[in-house]
Formats: sequence, C-alpha cells, structure tokens
Amino acid sequence: MSTHSQDVEQLIKREYKYGFSTDIDQEILPPGLNEDVIRAISAKKNEPEFMLNWRLEAYRHWLTMREPSWAHVHYPKIDYQSISYYAAPKSKEDAPKSLDEVDPKLLETYEKLGIPLHERARLAGVAVDAVFDSVSVTTTFKEKLAEAGVIFCSFSEAVHNHPELVEKYLGTVVPSGDNYFAALNAAVFSDGSFVYVPKGVRCPMELSTYFRINAMNTGQFERTLIIAEEGSHVSYLEGCTAPQRDENQLHAAVVELIALDDAEIKYSTVQNWYPGDEEGKGGIYNFVTKRGECRGRNSKISWTQVEAGSAITWKYPSCVLLGENSVGEFYSVAVGNNLQQIDSGTKMVHVGKNTRSTIISKGISAGRANNAYRGLVKVVGGADGARNYTQCDSLLLGDRCGAHTYPYIEVKNPTAQVEHEATTSKIGDDQIFYLKQRGISEEDAVNMIVNGFCKEVFGELPMEFAVEAQALLAVSLEGAVG
Amino acid sequence: MTQENTAMLKINNLQARVENGTPILKGIDLEVKPGEVHAIMGPNGSGKSTLCQVLGGRDGYEVTDGTVEYLGKDLFELEPEERAREGLLLGFQYPVEIPGVKNIYLLKEAYNAQRKHRGEPEADTFQFLKLVREKLQMMQMDESFLHRAVNVGFSGGEKKRNEILQMLVLEPKLALLDETDSGLDIDALKIVSEGVNKLRSPDRAIVLVTHYQRLLSHIEPDFVHVLSGGRIIKSGDKTLAQELERSGYQGIIEEAA
Repeated sequence: MSTHSQDVEQLIKREYKYGFSTDIDQEILPPGLNEDVIRAISAKKNEPEFMLNWRLEAYRHWLTMREPSWAHVHYPKIDYQSISYYAAPKSKEDAPKSLDEVDPKLLETYEKLGIPLHERARLAGVAVDAVFDSVSVTTTFKEKLAEAGVIFCSFSEAVHNHPELVEKYLGTVVPSGDNYFAALNAAVFSDGSFVYVPKGVRCPMELSTYFRINAMNTGQFERTLIIAEEGSHVSYLEGCTAPQRDENQLHAAVVELIALDDAEIKYSTVQNWYPGDEEGKGGIYNFVTKRGECRGRNSKISWTQVEAGSAITWKYPSCVLLGENSVGEFYSVAVGNNLQQIDSGTKMVHVGKNTRSTIISKGISAGRANNAYRGLVKVVGGADGARNYTQCDSLLLGDRCGAHTYPYIEVKNPTAQVEHEATTSKIGDDQIFYLKQRGISEEDAVNMIVNGFCKEVFGELPMEFAVEAQALLAVSLEGAVG
Repeated sequence: MTQENTAMLKINNLQARVENGTPILKGIDLEVKPGEVHAIMGPNGSGKSTLCQVLGGRDGYEVTDGTVEYLGKDLFELEPEERAREGLLLGFQYPVEIPGVKNIYLLKEAYNAQRKHRGEPEADTFQFLKLVREKLQMMQMDESFLHRAVNVGFSGGEKKRNEILQMLVLEPKLALLDETDSGLDIDALKIVSEGVNKLRSPDRAIVLVTHYQRLLSHIEPDFVHVLSGGRIIKSGDKTLAQELERSGYQGIIEEAA
C-alpha cells in the first residue's frame, strides 16, 4: 500500500502546484491516477454509490493488467500518471438549457468542423448530443424523442435519471475488466451517450454525437450504451475530431450495444481525430473497445466505420451473436497517411443457431502509414448453420506504406460456412495518367479511385454522412500521390 | 480564329528519351491541320508509342530538344489534364483498368471537367445520359457497359471500343490513337473503325498510330508517315501504306537510308 500513499502524496503536491483552477476556461483535475482521482470524478458527477464501486473495482482490476502489445503498432510507453482524467468546460456550472445558452465560441468551433447545430437541428432532423471534452453540452430534439419514448441523453444524465437501466446494462457487454483500455475507461470515464429505445419503437430520427477533445493533456474516456428493446430500431452516428497538438493524447472509449428480440442497431462512426503531422509528431492514440450483443432472436447489429484520423487506431467493433437468426455486420474504411498506424478489424462470435455475419474491410495506406486488418470469426459448437462472409481489401498509395492482414477463424461446428476473400492492390501511375489524360486532375483521380474502392462501405452510411466521409478521405489523402 | 490553314499541331525537331535512358525520338517534324487524318506507321521499337506518350504528357519521358505547339501554345507547358481539357486526347494502346469506378462516372467527370474548363455549365445526369446513349449506339455497345468498372474484365475489343466511346463523348480537337487496332478481331476492327470515321470532321484532326496497314483499309488517311529509328523517314498519301503492305518496312527503310 506504500505506492498508494505515495500516489496520494503526489496528488496533494500536484494539487498544491496546479490546484483546481476556476479562473481558466476549463476545470481540470491535475494529472495522475489513483483511487482518490476516481472518487473525485465520481463525486464531481454526483454519482450514486453503485457507480463509484463499479469504477473502483475496474481500477483495481486495471492495476493487475498489462498493456497489450500484440497489435501491429509502435509507440513510446504511455505514462498514465501524466494524464489528467477530467476536464469540463466552465459553463458546466450553469448547464445550458437550449442552444441559445451555449457559449457562442463553442458553437463557432462546431461550425468550423462542419457541424452546424442550428442547421442540423432545423433541417436534418438529427438530434445532436455534443460532447465537448467530458461533459455533454447540449442535447437537441430531446422532446421529440421523449414523445416516442426514446431516451437519448448524456451518460451522466442517464446515471441520475435512469439509474435502474444503467445499473442493469452497464458493463454487461464489455465488462469492466474486459481489457486494459476498457478497464481504464470503466475507472475514469467522464461522460458519453446513453440511448434506450423501448419495445416496438422505431427511433424517429438518426441519433448523432460529435465528440471532440479540446483541452491539452487530457485523455477522453467516453462511454456509450445503447439498448434496443424488442422489435425496436435505432441508427446512431458518431463523428470525432480533435484540434492539432504536438503532444499525443489518449482516447480510450467504450461502446456497448444491446439488441433484444427483433431489434436492430446501426452504429456508424466517422473518426477524424488529429493524426499527427507529417513527421508523426502529435496525434491521438485511439484505443477503443466497441462491442454489441445480439441477445434476441432475429436481432441485428451493424457497425460502419470510416477511420481517417488518429496517430494510432486500435479498434475492433465486434458482434456477439447469441440470439437465433441474429445478424452481425461490419463495414469499415480505414485510411492511414504519413506515419499513422492502424490496427483495426472486428470479431464475429457465432453462438446462436443460424446466425449470420458479414465483414467488409477496406484498408487504404499512403505515405509511410501501416494499416493492419485483424479479425476473428468464431463459431462455437452449438451454432448450427452459422455463416460468415469476409472480404478484406487493401489499397496502397506509393511504396513506403504497409498493409497487413491477420484473419483468425475458429470453427467448432461442422455445419458452419465461412468464406474469406482478400485482395491487395495499388493505385498505379498508369491509372492516374489515364484519368488525367481524360481531363481529370490528379487529386480528383485519386479520390475517384479511392471512393470506388470504398463504395460498398460508403453505401452503408446515412446519405449526408457518406458525402462527409468522401470529403474526409479527400482531405486525408491530400498530397499522398505525386 | 481562322485555323483553316494553320496547323493545329506543330512538331518541330522533337527529341525525347525515357528518363536517363537512350534517345528514342531523334528529331520528329510533323504538322497536322484541322480536318486531316494522319497515319503514323512503323516497325516495333521505332518510337511510335513514345511519341504518343510524350504528346499525351506521360511522366517518365524527357524531351531533350525541339518544340511542340498545340493550338498556338507550347504543349509542354500544359499538364496532361490541361491537354485533355484543351481537346488533345490520347487513345491508349493498353486501356487501364480502374476497379470500383464505373464507366459512366468516369465519362461524366471527364465531360464536365472539359465543360468547366471552357466556362460552360456542367451537364446534369439526365442530359448526360441522353448524350451517352447516342454514342453507345454508334459503338454498338450495350448500356450495361456504363455500369461496369472502367475496363475491368473487358475483352481486348471491348477496351478499344470503350476508348472510342470516350472520344465520341469528349469530342477532342485532336485525337491521338495509339495502336487502336491491336488485339482486335475483324468484327471489332470494323466497329472501332466506324467509330473513328464518325469522329472525322472538318474541325477535328486524327492521328492514327499503327503497325499494320489493315486499319487503313477501314479508315482512309490523308497522309501516311513512316517512322523508323525515331525519325519520320518518309511521308506520302494513302498509297504509301499500300506500298508498305507490299514491300514491308525493310524496303522503305533501305530506300530512305
């Protein structure tokens, strides 16, 4: 226990040095991690006892774990004591009741990111739960959703207003000790989104959350929980972006999805965290655990992701197919430029009878980036008639980047059908010249080829986000050829 | 602009090589006027393809001497895409496969890039489809072609037909066709030739680069040039092609030497 008291001493010293500042724009806990920090986070959020206990249990478990090293990524050792685990915008004290009350500076930032809340609120019918660092700033369309009985709020609100749901489902898909980063998240997560769609309800609009890391030297640990009751349907989109910093920042999120009988959850991500500069300086370390459980018969969970940012991406959105005839899908575009490193893929675990899964993965590497697909298709003994189709394609731009594929297949049932197809191709100078000789600029030519390569995945995105994703790829690959 | 009598393309003492390689073009002179059809013939290794690549703007070639003027501009000042937008289109000997990109999409982007360049409004999908359907018929191509990925899984003949389809849609001022007849069976050769003949117009020039005379029995050229060792060693009218057919390249090369 001596280390523990040392930590406390350290914390006290640091507190003395930095203190809790109220005259700056952010309220930030001093760097460091120990049980007191976790208690402080829980207390700040005024959480019920069960939450604190859950966090502490996770933290104690985390202490016994080791950071995983199996991924095809390299980075200097993370000093978990140098990270601050909580940051809230100062306007938190008098939380805004409507958009008018939101700090105009903040809205301006969202505008720059191309997320005009007003526009979205008015035109698109998208309810945006904007998370600025750790605290949810504004939630729109809450009323319309409430009419349908849909709960869509920040995780903190859910803890206060629907503790019974949170307690019932939290950590049931991704247990607090699931893996190193998930355990860390469980211990210190500060906010996130919560969605509950009651029985038989089709959510009347796309739900969307934009996360943004703003404060320096803070980790962001959001946690999202989506529950789709029997026969319900919901489509959720998260977009992520972060400003440019020289330091690396840690982002360790957890997403849990639960689909009951005949329910369907569609979860789409457009991830554009700061990738670092051309020399690989700065950028987000994105270590994310996303998993969905198809608990009910005929349920369906579909992940679509466009991963364009982050210095390191470590992410495997997965489906556990428990219910008979349940369906899991994973559609992914992962693009790396400069010195970005990506190790991403999915796990499809077939437990129920006649479960089906589809994996379409498109990896694009440019510059000196390394892009690995890592996937597991597992069929357990009782999963009669399980079927999987996996297609895993890599596209290379230039000759200094890398594409890697690590498909794992474990089949314990003789009636299972598992298919795996993989291709690797390169954007050739001859393709670029051909298109240029038809009057198309080099940039447009690259975009045309890349978009063609990704179209099966883009087709899964909601329309307006598909357009955004295309634009994002164009920006990400700027200067990648020629 | 009275281009009736002025050359559209003026090649003067053009010398070029593959970057840091041995010289391939050793002084080419050629003038092409609107409405003319020129055939450049020559044996393997004479520099036919290099000439096409250099005019088209492909990287990896070095112009060591000489000038090329296109519509009064220095051609080498223009990027390949600018050359295309200005109406200089190269029909490829080996059309390139582009997986995932639909034919119709490439055609429309290319068409609109040109219109934009000329300050004209871009065509919408309906206008464009109407235009493309007409051209498809000319090439006896099925509409399903439009929805296939560019050249992917196309037979040799289909690829060449696709090149001419692009020409018909993009309506170049100067069409440079690099061995468009290679790899074609008789039927495909006929269709492709008919397509090229439909391209013929008083304000458009066509330069056919070919190894064989057989293309010229379908497309009648105004001028025939024999390229050998990186130079045009003989020029004449269509009868020169017939002479070639009889005596082969060797005879002409010896005669010129």
